[in-house]
Amino acid sequence: MLNRSLSKKRKSFEVLMKILMLLSVGLTASLVLFLLVYVLVQGIPNITWELLSTKPSYLTEKIGILPDILNTVYIVIATLFLVLPLGVGAAIYLTEYASNKKMVGIIEYAAETLSGIPSIIYGLVGMLLFSNNMGTCLMAGALTLVIMNLPTIMRTTQESLKTVPQSYREGAFGLGAGKWRVVRTVVLPGCVDGVITGCILSVGRILGESAALLFTAGFAHALNGIIDGLAAPGATLTVALYVYAKEQGEFGVAFAIAAILMVLTVLINFVATLVQKYFAKRRSL
Amino acid sequence: MSNIISVKDMCLWYGEHQALKNINIEIPKKSITAFIGPSGCGKSTFLKTLNRMNDLIPNVKITGDIRYEDTDIFSPKVDVNHLRKEIGMVFQKPNPFPMSIYDNVAYGPRTHGITNKIQLDEIVEFALRDAAIWNEVKDRLKKNALGLSGGQQQRLCIARALAVQPKMLLMDEPTSALDPISTSRIEELVMELKEKYTIVMVTHNMQQAVRVSDYTAFFLLGELVEFEKTDNIFSQPQDKRTEDYITGRFG
Ligand SMILES: Nc1ncnc2c1ncn2[C@@H]1O[C@H](COP(=O)(O)OP(=O)(O)OP(=O)(O)O)[C@@H](O)[C@H]1O
Ligand SMILES: [Mg+2]
Repeated sequence: MLNRSLSKKRKSFEVLMKILMLLSVGLTASLVLFLLVYVLVQGIPNITWELLSTKPSYLTEKIGILPDILNTVYIVIATLFLVLPLGVGAAIYLTEYASNKKMVGIIEYAAETLSGIPSIIYGLVGMLLFSNNMGTCLMAGALTLVIMNLPTIMRTTQESLKTVPQSYREGAFGLGAGKWRVVRTVVLPGCVDGVITGCILSVGRILGESAALLFTAGFAHALNGIIDGLAAPGATLTVALYVYAKEQGEFGVAFAIAAILMVLTVLINFVATLVQKYFAKRRSL
Repeated sequence: MSNIISVKDMCLWYGEHQALKNINIEIPKKSITAFIGPSGCGKSTFLKTLNRMNDLIPNVKITGDIRYEDTDIFSPKVDVNHLRKEIGMVFQKPNPFPMSIYDNVAYGPRTHGITNKIQLDEIVEFALRDAAIWNEVKDRLKKNALGLSGGQQQRLCIARALAVQPKMLLMDEPTSALDPISTSRIEELVMELKEKYTIVMVTHNMQQAVRVSDYTAFFLLGELVEFEKTDNIFSQPQDKRTEDYITGRFG
């Protein structure tokens, strides 16, 4: 009798837990969905060809976000161009050459910690280090982003270097290949997926960054080529979103930018999954 | 000089642990030598010492003298990459690179500076023929080597090792991951290869040692207990421990 009521109690408890969990899943899903739909509904009607293809003008009082789009592209290119060789090089050194494993452990730990620091701190340091010397410009922003993304690229490359089987290295050394040849021909091709994953993650972070860039790259909307653009202050899309919403109260434009960023983020995640699937398939061959 | 390798009083430590004790052995040219002995007795360790693959492991200490063709292999004058070109290696698990069959075989020659396409084609064909796999792969040289069966992969690895034209081939249990048919193909192949190369082969299979090898070395707990002509060691072992091992009393 006692047992029976106990098991009954237990059963109703199970059912209750299940309902609660279903509720939290439902709430989470609908929140995400609401956010997505809300931003898209508010944003998409405001996206016009004119908005995408012009720069803002005080004369006509029209707003265009072409400079911000270009600035974003420039800063992504400049950052990746600098951070890739540095990060991949450091990763190769740490996994393939460094013999002091304790030191490697410390550096890995430091990198892990660095990637968790709030970006506004990077902004502050970047401002003192770069903007105060070279002026507020996209390049100063890019350099700040390099520091910020270096740990990411380094860690993802390192992780994928570690998945290259030791037997490949042994095979190559056994044929009389020198260290650099082994690294270049056998190890590096095996870490392409890590590098690409790192790049995609970094692009995502750069797109989403505002705090660090407000300090260092400024928020001008001038239309420039890549060279002049990097030397001049400029807003990326995310910074422009902040400026239009907060300083100018242009919520239509802000939502248009938000919708664009949202679509880009979804796209980047999609590409990241595709890349990972592709390499997983190639590896299991 | 009919010995290609001559080892005197060689000891090896992994950190504090002594894995090889006072090894003395002379390996004759153009012959097949089998290393037998229970697991952990140091066969692989000794094999990897001969082409200095142990250099890759941190904290290895070696004393004593190893000569390859009368050269001290630990002398600072020795180019270890050249040593490994002369003394090739085939591993227990087939380890082709994740590239085409052709590129696998051409890897070694390219490493040592051969870039001429015609010359490379020749070397690749000769190595694949010597490894008795040419007929199976000649129509798919551009295909990824990882698509081959285990036995084919191992023969490809042998071809890859042959392509740098070594004098000697170290094989660490080359058939232990393979089925019986692939195993007997590799055994036949090894017996043909001794016409041109000196072969040292680790095996856990006594029958294989008897079938294939000319000489047998029996290792136990880091010591080389007995080294003799294969026929002698299996018919009248000198050491009690060898006898116990080959008659299956331990191991
Ligand atoms: N990298 C290493 N670091 C430390 N100790 C090692 C290392 N490799 C081997 N050893 C030790 O050295 C001894 C000999 O190992 P080895 O691999 O040479 O044996 P083996 O005769 O080839 O055995 P098996 O038949 O199982 O392959 C063992 O006690 C092993 O634990
Ligand atoms: Mg072994």
